[in-house]
Amino acid sequence: MTMHKRLQRALGKGASHLVIVVFGVIMLYPVAWLIASSLKAGNTIFSDPGLIPKSVTLEHYIKGWAGVGRIHFSKFFLNSFFVCFWVIVGNLVSCSMAAYAFARLRFKFKGLWFGIMMLSIMLPAHVTTIPRYVMFNSFRWVDHPAYLALILPKLLATDAFFVFLLVQFMRGIPKDLDESATLDGCTRAGLFLRIILPLSGPALVTTALFSFLWTWDDFFNQLLYINTPQKYTVPLGLRMFLDATGSSNWGAMLAMSVLSILPCFALFFSLQKYFVQGIATTGIKG
Amino acid sequence: MRQRRGLRRRGDADNLAAYLFLTPWLLGFLVLTLYPMAQSLFYSFTRFDILTPPQMIGAANYVEMFTKDKTYIKSLEVTFSYVFLSVPFKLVFALLVAVLMNQRLRLISFYRTVYYIPTLLGGSVAIAVLWKKLFSGDGVINSIISALFGVKPPAWIAHPKYAMYTLVLLTVWQFGSSMIIFLAGLKQIPGEHYEAAAMDGAGKVKQFFHITIPALSPVILFNLVMQTISAFQAFTQAFIISNGQGGPLDSTMFYTLYLYLEGFHHWEMGYASAMAWVLLIIIAVFTALIFKTSGAWVDYGSGE
Repeated sequence: MTMHKRLQRALGKGASHLVIVVFGVIMLYPVAWLIASSLKAGNTIFSDPGLIPKSVTLEHYIKGWAGVGRIHFSKFFLNSFFVCFWVIVGNLVSCSMAAYAFARLRFKFKGLWFGIMMLSIMLPAHVTTIPRYVMFNSFRWVDHPAYLALILPKLLATDAFFVFLLVQFMRGIPKDLDESATLDGCTRAGLFLRIILPLSGPALVTTALFSFLWTWDDFFNQLLYINTPQKYTVPLGLRMFLDATGSSNWGAMLAMSVLSILPCFALFFSLQKYFVQGIATTGIKG
Repeated sequence: MRQRRGLRRRGDADNLAAYLFLTPWLLGFLVLTLYPMAQSLFYSFTRFDILTPPQMIGAANYVEMFTKDKTYIKSLEVTFSYVFLSVPFKLVFALLVAVLMNQRLRLISFYRTVYYIPTLLGGSVAIAVLWKKLFSGDGVINSIISALFGVKPPAWIAHPKYAMYTLVLLTVWQFGSSMIIFLAGLKQIPGEHYEAAAMDGAGKVKQFFHITIPALSPVILFNLVMQTISAFQAFTQAFIISNGQGGPLDSTMFYTLYLYLEGFHHWEMGYASAMAWVLLIIIAVFTALIFKTSGAWVDYGSGE
């Protein structure tokens, strides 16, 4: 390679870095501003575009954490974690079972069911929203203290998307393993528990991860099925905060917003590779 | 041959096990998807307030929607313009950034992570709250604009002309997932294709349009379908930004927001069900249209 060409290539790379960095800074500015402003003193922070607080204070966090209407903000967090935990359990169990059948077993009408399952991923949820509400209302699951309306559907693999994700992954597990295990007298259930599940680790992590994120951020269903502030989850708590404090206490509002996105950040940075894998192999919406 | 038959018989024996494994999903599908779908179709021909039994009223809900309900027509307008703006911009952005990132650069995985952050957080109430503050009359965006240009910009969120565009911007900002899918697609394109084109004297731009776009077209189709379907169902951000009202002047009255208000504020559940079915049909038609035209522009690599 000639000097000239090498120089050209280096310049090209430099330009790429520059564009990516400048654009990245612009993109991240809103989030950076959110975090910086939650630490700034006073209540005139909103017109100030700066990112470096003159003095760092936790006053907004202390005020916000005290909550609204005598409900501590920690209550909303506990409620959200409770719902997320059971949603994750439900999705892992029910979706991996269905995925195993689709990926590994031969049965009648498999093609038909698989097609239906794929179609149900694209189905807009609103078509079932009202009858489900009527049904759950008749079961007295609206505003249920154990959030049955939010959790039970997950035990029935209604998030078919994860079934698809797990099917894709399980199809990649070498078949000879099953065959030798079957020859050794392993049953279908044994195969699932001893071979397929342990080898599906990465896909199960991805499932758990996105189950958490989507439930943590889900507003629509929580709005429908939770009515009393004591049972509010984080999104509803934030919204109540917004309504109750109006423009009077934006600092606390922003501080609680920061706290509400922290769990997502933490998971994202600790489990990054599962994100990329999950999105790239199945094309997660978002 | 004998062995084959043996295998085959074992395959049939999977029926019982398979259906046992499928039971949770099957139950969920029948009880929580198929049956509710049929029921909402039925409700859509009734007046139903959940407290008293539904009353048949024929197609009155559908007639009302398209002939009398101005808010409904407005919600269609708002939703369509949102979809037509946000989806193409988001995909073009995602594609350009993916191409930029598909190089052997140092720090590339760090960059990818950073660019995914808006997507990670964008759907939350917290970010909607932030957006509302950023684009308000005395918000930061306006401080920056007036400092740079010395003009006094409008209160974006509170202005009927601009409120929807702030939501489009918020959606385009979350291009991370599409970007990662495009990146995965770009990695599949063999480097020789570019080398051959470069030998023939094709520049970067020409390579992009003649190699990258055709090779990536199945991925573009996939992203286009998924993003269109989800854009039609946008809800949370419009709800938070407009205090659940769809204002100002219904300018952020997204389809699903209006459906929610009709169903769960006015308890017009028959009407809301009819809306849901029309939404399903709109989405199905759009998906079908996209697939139908895809024959003309999607290249499944038959020439390779």
